[in-house]
Amino acid sequence: MSTESAPGPQTGVAQDLQQGPRIAVSALVTNLREYGLVLALIAIMVFFQFTTSGTLFKPVNLSNLVQQNSFIIVMALGMLLVIVSGHIDLSVGSVAGFIGALAAMMMVIWPLGPLSNPLVVSIICLIVGGAIGAAQGYWIAYHRIPSFIVTLAGMLIFRGICQALLGGGSSVGPLPVGFKALSSGFIPDLIGPLTLIPPTVNAAGKTIVGSGLTLHLTTIVIGLVAVLAYAYFGLRARRTREKHGYEAEPFSLFVVKTLVISALALFLVYQFATYRGLPIVLMVMGVLIALFVFVTKRMTIGRRIYAMGGNVKAAQLSGIKTERLTLMVFINMGVLSALGGLIIAARLGQAVPAAGLGSELDVIAAVFIGGASAMGGVGQVIGAVVGGFIMGVMNNGMSIMGVNVDWQQVVKGLVLLGAVVFDVYNKNKA
Amino acid sequence: MASTILEMRDITKTFPGVKALSNVKLMVEEGEIHAVVGENGAGKSTLMKVLSGVYPSGTYDGQIIYRGDECHFKGIHDSERKGIVIIHQELALVPMLSIAENIFLGNEHARYGVIDWNANEARTSALLKKVGLKEDPNTLITNIGVGKQQLVEIAKALSKEVKLLILDEPTASLSEKDSQALLDLLLEFKRQGITSILISHKLNEVNRVADKVTIIRDGRTIETLAKKDISEDRIITSMVGRSLDDRYPPREPKIGETVLEVKNWSVYHPIHAERQVIKGINLNARKGEVVGIAGLMGAGRTEFAMSLFGRSYGRRITGEVFLNGKPIDVSSVSKAVEHGIAYVTEDRKTYGLNLIDHIKHNITLANLPGVSRHGVIDDLRELSVANDYRGRTNIRASSVYQMTGNLSGGNQQKVVLSKWLFANPEVLILDEPTRGIDVGAKYEIYTIIARLASEGKAIIVISSEMPELLGITDRIYVMNEGRIVGEMAASDASQEKIMRAIVRGEGKAS
Repeated sequence: MSTESAPGPQTGVAQDLQQGPRIAVSALVTNLREYGLVLALIAIMVFFQFTTSGTLFKPVNLSNLVQQNSFIIVMALGMLLVIVSGHIDLSVGSVAGFIGALAAMMMVIWPLGPLSNPLVVSIICLIVGGAIGAAQGYWIAYHRIPSFIVTLAGMLIFRGICQALLGGGSSVGPLPVGFKALSSGFIPDLIGPLTLIPPTVNAAGKTIVGSGLTLHLTTIVIGLVAVLAYAYFGLRARRTREKHGYEAEPFSLFVVKTLVISALALFLVYQFATYRGLPIVLMVMGVLIALFVFVTKRMTIGRRIYAMGGNVKAAQLSGIKTERLTLMVFINMGVLSALGGLIIAARLGQAVPAAGLGSELDVIAAVFIGGASAMGGVGQVIGAVVGGFIMGVMNNGMSIMGVNVDWQQVVKGLVLLGAVVFDVYNKNKA
Repeated sequence: MASTILEMRDITKTFPGVKALSNVKLMVEEGEIHAVVGENGAGKSTLMKVLSGVYPSGTYDGQIIYRGDECHFKGIHDSERKGIVIIHQELALVPMLSIAENIFLGNEHARYGVIDWNANEARTSALLKKVGLKEDPNTLITNIGVGKQQLVEIAKALSKEVKLLILDEPTASLSEKDSQALLDLLLEFKRQGITSILISHKLNEVNRVADKVTIIRDGRTIETLAKKDISEDRIITSMVGRSLDDRYPPREPKIGETVLEVKNWSVYHPIHAERQVIKGINLNARKGEVVGIAGLMGAGRTEFAMSLFGRSYGRRITGEVFLNGKPIDVSSVSKAVEHGIAYVTEDRKTYGLNLIDHIKHNITLANLPGVSRHGVIDDLRELSVANDYRGRTNIRASSVYQMTGNLSGGNQQKVVLSKWLFANPEVLILDEPTRGIDVGAKYEIYTIIARLASEGKAIIVISSEMPELLGITDRIYVMNEGRIVGEMAASDASQEKIMRAIVRGEGKAS
């Protein structure tokens, strides 16, 4: 039988018409969280721009900021999936530390011959990270041991192995230059620099460092392409929904949002271009963010993770293999923890016993600031990324201001609490 | 003549969309055992919740007169203080605490918050003696069987100086022997002057101990019978005596070949490994046929369906399943779904829906490959599928982007139905498809069932509402205590026949 034979379809239509305006309002409310987060980040940036008398947005500092915090954001991508699926991973800081130590030992101490090539070592390390994730995920998924306990054990175990590997309190280094590029390198300018203002030459015939204005043209091109793609895909998604009679958000709101985010992105890209271009680690991060947005929004596996976190019994009874899915979430977390560990080691140029110590808390905080629910089932990749940047900008800004590290923790704690309280309050109101 | 201990006058209780009780009257005399009987959903438990203050005074109309005073209980504490204690069907004991700790939970013998364990134990021993339970007061609840747990609940009630003891289906999960012991205990209490209200639909038990029986049907008091008038026939007639009006859409069944055949299906309890929950069930369903499974709560119907659906319940599952004559493997949910079996759960909120996600995502969840290619979801296709099914099942929502947690029960049920319709099954098992939804939505669900049958699907409906089964099915299996105890064509069936099959099966199974 066809649709028409369903009893009383008219009532449904009538209700639709009535609720028309309410859709727009509810769309605004649902999107408010997302906007609110981005606005909070911008507000924090502007605040520190003033309090650090303009240091925050200086190209050198921006590069530093990215290099110091990228590992948090990389790990937050994995942590988002872990938290959405209804679990937690406390071991990521220790796993990162262990992998950094492993990488350093392989490249510097152990006589591995051609195997000590940075690229080979990195790949092996990512595989080891995946194996660690699988080992922890196995107990969580198939034996239903609470993830809090399994990963708390992992946190102790891998910190211990990390320290043992490095032979007590010593550090291992220096790491090869090729490896350090992962964190401290910049993308090569394939197109060539564009000199807007030639650098000043002093009386002695030497150029003054920092004078003049030269743009890293490849960076500008990548930035423009990224912004155009962002606007294009946003517009296309809108068109699709409109074609089916669903207004996602008022057009003006969409335009303002797109313009603000694009302007911010272009401003940052410009700043990078005046220095040495985009850091390699920023590119890695960007690609990963795009990948995880795609996986969570468009792929069946992402959808299944959300369903599992929202109601695990219903997911099982819908034919979702929740055990295997949980295992995969933890393997993914392990790989990203390993990548985080490599980034930390590459930035420091050596492996130290305390590498990544306590970073699990920053990672988890980033995800929760980004609006994920501790109960599982709710959370966005972009939220976690913005949450990570909020933490990063606060770290960086307060350091420049000369705020004591102790008080930095207090402020970060308050921001985390405030963000979640705001979230819960908003939800209850809606 | 004995004095009246309790009178409930014209109790009316409405839930959104449903009138659960209307002008119910109940008169209980001091020192008697008063049975309250009725079908599932007749309103017995609601009435007891009104009495014990679970539904506080003001949320219902009518009067409660207890020992001569009108009472306005604001909560369970108020009624307990007056000596009214209710023991629920699901026991409310803390498994990892001892018997003594459970009995005095929230009511400990203590000074300044420091518990006097000796006093607690001594009193517990005395109470356990009264109920005839030979266990150490320090034994953990988890280490004693359900029958003994029931006795602990009763001991707990005695500790509160109970005057009126209410037992809600106390023998539902007990063995025959434990049930007998419990009934004997009730008779012993009667000699001591404690009044009891016994809610049950086991008529042989009612016959044995009750002094009076009040029959409730559709939220109304039908009649109260005195001891001399109590007979099974009389009770059954009163329990089910209503006509089938046009609450069910008309249909002309076109029944074809056998689609699903289950042979010798047995299942053991997931925790109590020695308890067999399903005992050798044989059952079949044909193309275009609506098959009902009748039975009381706890008969094992849900357990049977869930064990069949990818072993989602139980252990040591044995038996064979055939689809269109070929044996199929249903050892996991995804395999069962692949073979075209779908199961719509009894408890849609716990097992059916992701309440924090919207309608669209819920509808496609069981068949994501149907809206995706290489693991990438096609947004457009998903949206049109969701809208299509929203129209077909007439889900009332502002859009498919509405959270399922904010929908009414009937609309939630339609979302779960849509999810399984989109998975395109050959056999659809519906477990209590209309529980807790209003009359209008019920009709819509029946219409969908009729339409699916006419499209050639085999449909199995599990329901505790007998009129519903008689109204929408072609053939009815009657289940009791894990067995099929009867099979009848719906045209030959009647509520009396089903009840008789259940009541007779009761004796057989023990």
